[in-house]
Amino acid sequence: MAQPNAAAQSSIGSPSKISVELIINGVETKLDVAPWTTLLDALREHLDLTGTKKGCDHGQCGACTVLVDGRRINSCLTLAVMKDGARVTMIEGLATDGVLHPMQQAFIDHDAFQCGYCTPGQICSAVGLIAEGKAKTAEEIREMMSGNICRCAAYPNIVSAIQQVMGAS
Amino acid sequence: MINFEYARANDVADAVRQIAADPTSKFIAGGTNLLDLMKEDVERPARLIDITRLPLSDVEETPDGGVRIGALVPNSDLAWHPLIAQRYPMLASAILAGASAQLRNMASTGGNLMQRTRCFYFYDTVTPCNKRQPGSGCSAIAGINRINAILGTSDTCIATHPSDMCVALAVLEAKVHVAGPGGERVIPFADFHRLPGDAPQRDTNLDANELITAVELPADGFAKNYTYLKIRDRLSYAFALVSVAVGLEMDGNTIRRARFALGGVAHKPWRDEAAEAGLNGKVANPEIFERAAGLVLRDAKGFEHNAFKIELARRTIVRALIQAAHGTPQSQNNKKIA
Ligand SMILES: Cc1cc2nc3c(=O)[nH]c(=O)nc-3n(C[C@H](O)[C@H](O)[C@H](O)COP(=O)(O)OP(=O)(O)OC[C@H]3O[C@@H](n4cnc5c(N)ncnc54)[C@H](O)[C@@H]3O)c2cc1C
Ligand code: SF4
Ligand code: FES
Ligand code: FES
Repeated sequence: MAQPNAAAQSSIGSPSKISVELIINGVETKLDVAPWTTLLDALREHLDLTGTKKGCDHGQCGACTVLVDGRRINSCLTLAVMKDGARVTMIEGLATDGVLHPMQQAFIDHDAFQCGYCTPGQICSAVGLIAEGKAKTAEEIREMMSGNICRCAAYPNIVSAIQQVMGAS
Repeated sequence: MINFEYARANDVADAVRQIAADPTSKFIAGGTNLLDLMKEDVERPARLIDITRLPLSDVEETPDGGVRIGALVPNSDLAWHPLIAQRYPMLASAILAGASAQLRNMASTGGNLMQRTRCFYFYDTVTPCNKRQPGSGCSAIAGINRINAILGTSDTCIATHPSDMCVALAVLEAKVHVAGPGGERVIPFADFHRLPGDAPQRDTNLDANELITAVELPADGFAKNYTYLKIRDRLSYAFALVSVAVGLEMDGNTIRRARFALGGVAHKPWRDEAAEAGLNGKVANPEIFERAAGLVLRDAKGFEHNAFKIELARRTIVRALIQAAHGTPQSQNNKKIA
């Protein structure tokens, strides 16, 4: 029979914390989290990286969208312990050397937000969308961005911003 | 969410051993349904067994021309996989009609099969629900039941199974491979999910100690004449009120073989073999499609807020069959129907 691994052993005796290592915006980061800490709460509450927002906490709004190993996911519906070893990129990690990521710049150029609460999730989702390379038309962008709700309804401008980046890439 | 312990499974045997050793434990894959339900206190496992590191992420051809899909293949990877996109486009279309791009990146093939109903009362722990708490009663029957079932209901539960992917898997007659303490077994898709009967707490015939390892598709993917038509309250990121998956084998205008299944209307993807058989050998036309829809819905029973689903299902079946028979090009993004 297989030996229980380190994570299994360290889980004995709730509520013990588990050590995980995440590569957060390119920086190796060790943290001790209780098993029930979502990735979203680990970022916001443990690492004080509050750019990523909590809207619904149930996968229904997309405000918590981050990139894990380059793929967009809802950080509210995964546990930090499950992502041990993963590369996590959020809104704080998109700019390089003080220069905004093209998607951030495009959101500004197109006025693609009002209150801004959904925006970090929208931008991470849009970066994930472009990496996937499936959406080409405005209609396809709208369909594949449907996981990001904007209560201010900045949708037309969000689509324009994404099209600007697609046109450039 | 209650406090719980966390462990990782090292291999399939280890996963099965761990779950058998602790009946209060549960597997976690994508987490998109389980964590949601744990936050609502609907699910209260004392221990989560993380299966995401098991080697079950391959999509491979089988010797008999089919495809074997590992239980951990994410929904998005499956939908875009060339073997699925080209040979099983109905399955790809059904998957892409579900949830959102982010959720599909997380959701696993096995987890999608095991996702639980979206019945409002199942989620609301202050109301009676036989599925959540056997014997407590069903709040939906005389409550808000707009999203509930019209076929195969019982007087203990009128919940639906919410999956889109599973509707296509029912048409494709997939097989579910599972591993348990007693070894491996294969469950035909039609026998995987259950009707509520008098045990609505059981969604499937998977035993509590069993792990889904793979879903196997037979060679026949109905790649030429197919559709997945999903009707919902908004165009995207919403569960089906009614959906229909169709696969036809055509010879000119004549239907050689018909299969179709409904989602959003029952406790499992709903197939009616008598209605399918009535189409075989016939020239495709709206009248025979109307007849097939009538047959499927002959025993349909509506409740206060969902009786509209009977007529909606009839129209969706007819339209889906017309689309499939014509080989209408399908676009995931443009929901207008040619
Ligand atoms: C906002 C929202 C919208 C959604 N919209 C849709 C939609 O429109 N259409 C649709 O079809 N779905 C929709 N979904 C549901 C989504 O498809 C499911 O949550 C997902 O498929 C579950 O997969 P998972 O891997 O995340 O499962 P998990 O949450 O990890 O697990 C779910 C259950 O399956 C069990 N399990 C997981 N893997 C295995 C295995 N290999 N063997 C045995 N048991 C296992 C777990 O123990 C758990 O009980 C939506 C979800 C959300 C949150
Ligand atoms: S329909 Fe089923 S899931 Fe909904 S309240 Fe009744 S018993 Fe519970
Ligand atoms: S906070 Fe995660 S989807 Fe709303
Ligand atoms: S900008 Fe306000 S919610 Fe999108």
